[in-house]
Amino acid sequence: MAILITEHTKVIVQGMSGRIGAFHAADMIKHGTNVVGGVTPGRGGETHLDRPLFNTVREAVEATGAEASLVFVPPPFAADAIMEAADAGIKTAVCVTDGIPSQDMMKVKRFLKRYPEERKMRLVGPNCAGIISPGKGFMGIMPPHIYMPGRIGIVGRSGTLGYEAASQMKALGIGVSTSVGIGGDPINGSSFKDILQLFEADPETDAIMMIGEIGGPQEAEAAAYARDHMTKPVVAYIAGLSAPKGRKMGHAGAIISAFGESAQEKVEILEAAGITVAPNPSAMGETMARVLGKRQAA
Amino acid sequence: MDIHEYQAKEILARFGVPVPRGGLAYSPEQAGYRARELGGNAWVVKAQIHSGGRGAAGGVKLCRDEHEVSAFAATLFGKQLVTKQTDANGKGVYRLWVEAASDIAREMYLGFVLDRKSERIMIVASAHGGMEIEDLAETDPDSLRRMTIDPAVGLSEFQARELAFQLGLKGGQIAQMVTILKACYRAYRDLDAVMVEINPLVITGTGDLVALDAKMSFDTNALFRRPQVAELRDRSQEDPRESTAGDHGLSYVGLTGDIGCIINGAGLAMATMDMIKLAGGEPANFLDIGGGASPERVVKAFQTVLADRNVGVVLVNIFAGINRCDWVAEGVVQAYRQLGLTLPVVVRLAGTNVEEGKRIIETSGLPLISADTLAEAAAKAVTAKAA
Repeated sequence: MAILITEHTKVIVQGMSGRIGAFHAADMIKHGTNVVGGVTPGRGGETHLDRPLFNTVREAVEATGAEASLVFVPPPFAADAIMEAADAGIKTAVCVTDGIPSQDMMKVKRFLKRYPEERKMRLVGPNCAGIISPGKGFMGIMPPHIYMPGRIGIVGRSGTLGYEAASQMKALGIGVSTSVGIGGDPINGSSFKDILQLFEADPETDAIMMIGEIGGPQEAEAAAYARDHMTKPVVAYIAGLSAPKGRKMGHAGAIISAFGESAQEKVEILEAAGITVAPNPSAMGETMARVLGKRQAA
Repeated sequence: MDIHEYQAKEILARFGVPVPRGGLAYSPEQAGYRARELGGNAWVVKAQIHSGGRGAAGGVKLCRDEHEVSAFAATLFGKQLVTKQTDANGKGVYRLWVEAASDIAREMYLGFVLDRKSERIMIVASAHGGMEIEDLAETDPDSLRRMTIDPAVGLSEFQARELAFQLGLKGGQIAQMVTILKACYRAYRDLDAVMVEINPLVITGTGDLVALDAKMSFDTNALFRRPQVAELRDRSQEDPRESTAGDHGLSYVGLTGDIGCIINGAGLAMATMDMIKLAGGEPANFLDIGGGASPERVVKAFQTVLADRNVGVVLVNIFAGINRCDWVAEGVVQAYRQLGLTLPVVVRLAGTNVEEGKRIIETSGLPLISADTLAEAAAKAVTAKAA
């Protein structure tokens, strides 16, 4: 099954005719993702990458039955594009765009709440690498060849650090069910806890690698959830042990501005919740291997 | 993006927050002139820098006559003011704010921030003000009142009243506080702020509320639609290395170590810095070259990192997804040749086009040090530094 995306998921790309959108859409198609069309306002009726283009997400959903949308729309217009997807009945939207104003995201989150549970859209991102179920399909900008299909879920804020984890595990023969980038913004669509919940319920995932960083309350929230509600082991790493307080480290959300937001404090919170924390970023793979080995032996 | 106190006061006043009368000065003479213009017999002269803790650092003074104003101003202009919030270099003082002194009966704290838990704007207030919010949270946490604002509705009058009563305000002060709260909220929302702080918000001897100090910070992602905010940027208050890096599309934070870092992705950059530290070294900087980096951008990254004289070795760590290892490798080779480098450079490449990238490094004929893993790269950088 994996989570969020399989080979059967019908995907559209908002902004598919743009330079970056087209490049990544082509890569997604090449790797077996079921891309059924694209949305570019004003270019409905044309085709791009042998797929139909639509003026609106609603038209795309009606014509193709699309369930998922990858949003490659520039920052000033991205929030609107996400809300359009939600209103058109898309189930899962992944937004790669970096640089969306915070208040736009505040509005988006409030907007998503207006729909009843059964037709509420799940948003992943923004400012993320996307999601991939290796061997099945992906929505995003990651290099798919570094992932080996398998039974470990990955969830992380950083794209490249997620690649690092996947390749360390691959080198040890450990594969991935789905890898989810939740993005580096202070307000994001899905939290660590949201994704842990999906992995816990996924019969094809045995354990989860969670990659956090300084700033924000989401790792602590995830730790409490793992302690109280999860049966599957969680291995974690928190980036930013050497990050100074009050300085923004690249990601808009990577800033220590309150108690409990430093890497040291987060590591303590995670360990107190029974989560195994990798001692350094080069040991993510071996820490997972050790936890899996113990589990098998038990 | 931060702005100066006087700019924040001007903005908030426009939205309806009462502030003391004052004037800006670019010279000691002008400071004295401002005092005369304002009238009265007591003025507060305040250094305008992008930092808190100015009072304790000697950047604020109550003056009793015009000459005292210009004399104090003369000691401040051009000075690097070091506060407990700045680094050891401090921030340059090039503007002063001269203000009519206020008669203070009581000080309170008022702040508007982005609360990441509720994903809403949150008001933080305390009946005690004048000290930093972090200190307040530590010494008097029970005095803090918090309230979140529904973005679809905005700040309701009843919420504002509730807060005013909680702070122990009375009579006409309630209506004044409601006006101030609504004005701050509108300024925050309409100008895409990420922080509005009035500390202290004072009650004067006549019982009126006045914003004695004000601070605003803005969402850089929203500057495209806030040109009137963007023009308030003051580059004299920024680390020149960071401003220049930003101009080239690089995200850079200067630190105090000697191992220069060139990485792609914020998370991997932080992780690499952690790895260097664990290997016994100290990172000189955080630097994310971003996605789709051209060889030219990589050269710019080298220039940025090497502008820091402490740097004795450079570590390039790239896990390419949206990037291309071959472009990065070409950039490394170009930088090495064009900048005439002699210091050790450790290069770790992985991901998209890695074979091509490694080939470029290996056939370059340059003494570049290759590494396959993050741990190996950090260890080699630390060893190269020690050698």
